[in-house]
Amino acid sequence: MTTATLASYSLTVIYSAMGVYLFAFIAFTLDLAKRSSEIPVAAVVSEARVGKMSRAGGTATLERAPVVVPVGRKSSRFERVAFALTILGWVLHVFGTVLRGVAAGRVPWANMFEFSLTASAIIVGVFVVVQLWQNLMFLGAYITGFSLIILGFGTVGFYVNVVPLPPALQSYWLVIHVFVATLGTAFFAIGAGLSLVQLIQTRREANRFSGLKFLDTMPDAGSLETLAYRVIVIGFIFWTFTLMAGAIWAEHAWGRYWGWDTKEVWTFIIWTLFAGYLHARATRGWRGSRSAYLAIVGFGAVMFNFTIVNLFFKGLHTYSGL
Amino acid sequence: MSRPSDHIESPAPSKKDDGVAQPKLTVVGYLRFFWRQLTSMRTAMFLLLLLAIAAVPGSLFPQRSSDPNGVTLYFTNNPSTAPVLDKLQLFDVYTSAWFSAIYLLLFISLIGCVIPRTIYHARALMSAPPKTPARLERLGAFSAFEIEAGETDAAGVPLTAAAAVETGRAVLRKGGYRVKLFDGRGPSGSEFSVSAERGYLRETGNLVFHIALIGILISVGIGGGVGYTGQKVLVVGQAFANVRLTFDSFTPGRFFSDSELQPYRLVLNKFTTKYEQTNLNAYGQPIDYKANVTTYDAAGKPTKAVIKVNDPLNIGGNEIYLLGNGYAPSITVRNPAGKIVYSEPVPFLPQNANLLSLGIVKVPDGLSSQLGMRAFFYPTAAVNAAGDLASTYPDLRNPMLSLVVYKGDLGINAGVPKSVYALDTDKMTELAGPGAASGKMALRLKPGETAQIPGGLGSITFDNKAPASDKTDVAKSVSRFASLDVHRDPAKGWVLFFALCVLGGLLTSLFIPRRRIWIKAVELADGRLRLEYAGLARGEDPALDAAVTAIARRHSQQLGLRLMS
Ligand code: HEM
Repeated sequence: MTTATLASYSLTVIYSAMGVYLFAFIAFTLDLAKRSSEIPVAAVVSEARVGKMSRAGGTATLERAPVVVPVGRKSSRFERVAFALTILGWVLHVFGTVLRGVAAGRVPWANMFEFSLTASAIIVGVFVVVQLWQNLMFLGAYITGFSLIILGFGTVGFYVNVVPLPPALQSYWLVIHVFVATLGTAFFAIGAGLSLVQLIQTRREANRFSGLKFLDTMPDAGSLETLAYRVIVIGFIFWTFTLMAGAIWAEHAWGRYWGWDTKEVWTFIIWTLFAGYLHARATRGWRGSRSAYLAIVGFGAVMFNFTIVNLFFKGLHTYSGL
Repeated sequence: MSRPSDHIESPAPSKKDDGVAQPKLTVVGYLRFFWRQLTSMRTAMFLLLLLAIAAVPGSLFPQRSSDPNGVTLYFTNNPSTAPVLDKLQLFDVYTSAWFSAIYLLLFISLIGCVIPRTIYHARALMSAPPKTPARLERLGAFSAFEIEAGETDAAGVPLTAAAAVETGRAVLRKGGYRVKLFDGRGPSGSEFSVSAERGYLRETGNLVFHIALIGILISVGIGGGVGYTGQKVLVVGQAFANVRLTFDSFTPGRFFSDSELQPYRLVLNKFTTKYEQTNLNAYGQPIDYKANVTTYDAAGKPTKAVIKVNDPLNIGGNEIYLLGNGYAPSITVRNPAGKIVYSEPVPFLPQNANLLSLGIVKVPDGLSSQLGMRAFFYPTAAVNAAGDLASTYPDLRNPMLSLVVYKGDLGINAGVPKSVYALDTDKMTELAGPGAASGKMALRLKPGETAQIPGGLGSITFDNKAPASDKTDVAKSVSRFASLDVHRDPAKGWVLFFALCVLGGLLTSLFIPRRRIWIKAVELADGRLRLEYAGLARGEDPALDAAVTAIARRHSQQLGLRLMS
């Protein structure tokens, strides 16, 4: 098959993935609506008991300090459908992205279009995988909606035909550096989503307004903040690695590891913002909403770097392919 | 003081000791106050955020360090605002006073923060875990079990509090905890306990991370100070020796001395390019550049090597990078008598993707008047719809040179250095070209062709460089040049080393949990034994509860008992 046919198949598959994501998005939104009508299940406080330790057969009781055990919410049908659709869309999405790579005969992240395919695939992928560790279904609408927007811009605004790599990009560092940057972006995206819900939840907890009842089914602001922190820490490590791998690559390609090129500047800005976030989390008076705002600003800078900087700023990294 | 006083785990400030309280009005008081402010978490965070913001303008305005032409252009386009921006150092953001002030303050703060923490941590590493708290049940992760009187352990020996705690100590030690035993009388009977702590590496990692940041800053500074960069344009067949004067441009660091230049010589034998030909979407896009060179060390021993774009050559403490390339048409000028007064390959600067290139030729001597030429080179010349010459492909298919010729004063005798890529025609008259009074058009030459200079000044030849056996092969008729960047940064390895320390420190400090665990055994009045397990996280520790439960389970197994709930 020729490059052009493969590329067009890839695009078709991507469009189908977008269609499936759209339904997933709708189902997630319906789930949020449904959550509003649920009667919040009160957290149960387990009673203190004293336990015994004995040879098999003896009596035993166990003492625990009183712990609040949040009762897991039963997932709604909408949620299960939405998640199944997300996985289906994601499989198509990955398949389309891989096809694009096959068409080009290289990794599918060498220009803006390909980067939006890969980045959104990784964001959804991380979202799906994270569910194994922690139920973050309430972010489903955010994640699928966000990926739809990226894919929409990617396919409509940034589509380019397959072209070979210019000599400066012919390096295994392209594979490592860009892939890890994308992974970091995915974690930052989820972190920003959690921080956003955290901010809303904080407001709600503070003045107890009765709207947005579906928030009752989500973790409280404190847990959301802890979750966001854990996710962002992982993103930060990937970003640190991205910055270093980029410096090593720049050293190979341009003869200097750091030259304050536009893209380097923004990678640095993002890194520094998130270092500030990590500090805020350890500074008295800065936990809570303030660090949540920082996490969102940091992710805003990531998006700015990916869109505005790539398209409108001049520099050595002009690889948008447009 | 272990951590900044406003660290989240430091005790909350008392009224008197508040960081924002009025300092005592003495010089020392002020200094101490100021130092505590500077080394606080809040300051570090603000400086980090400030640094991020301060870096932004460097991406909005062209920078002298990375884009000098952009700066010149900005001055031309914005003559009124550019000098103001320049005063604010907005074209040199990353070396500006304000940017430097922020990062220097940040690093002073960092040093002031890291030193006391390192000392404290070194002490903690050498000391035993702290005494077991009296009331473990107050801690978050806590569980307790009671054992009937007269219960025996796995070996059949009656269980005592001391024996149970001894077993607990072994379990904890195996789990990588540092342990210390305590005994005493509690409210309900005699009690024994073991206090254990693990995860000192977390703090170690954090300190390594921060200290390595200082290491990076220092290595970058040293590298920039003693290193240098040089640029050299080499036409195929030309050589350069690693001597300061042979470079086209040379930027030494502040502490550079010529003795750093190791003697070697490099000849560019061949320069190969490959352009896309099958994919019509990318027709003519470059796919590969390759420079074949021979290097000669001080003893004259030759070595063959290849330099590619992502693949620099290491030689004599230098890295040599291939950063650019283009055409260097050979131009020969003869006087009316046929004597050669000028014959050189002239590197032309590429202007677009199809390598339309611009070159300047200056012939100061040998003719009745000084001669200047502004020349365009078209590797694949074609006449476009508007009737103008254009290049349609970057490789040599229909090479063509178009020369606008001037005579008069080149302005190079005054001793003012002039760029080889600029021609000042103020004091010259155009002999051939769009502005020539005679109406003579620009001279157009193909390789091997010669044209007379209007006004009987002599002749110009566009030399065909193809080998004699192959004179008709246009693909070989014009030489290419490679532009090489020669770098030396002796501290580069250190930057990498510290960067790896940063990464390692970060991983350690973020993923190794630091926690304390206690096991307490109390002999109750009625002969029963009560075992208590508790844990305390220091820093983020999602797995604390699970860890306490696992210790309790392992401990009971060791005792030959079973946990039941
Ligand atoms: C160059 C500037 C700095 C950068 C880029 C930076 C970056 C970071 C990062 C990424 C972390 C989280 C990872 C870890 O715990 O190892 C961190 C933690 C920390 N930093 Fe910094 N830092 C800087 C300066 C400072 C300064 C000046 C101080 C002292 C005032 C400081 C004190 C701390 C402390 C105490 C922690 C531990 C936080 C915790 O307990 O979770 N840092 N820093």
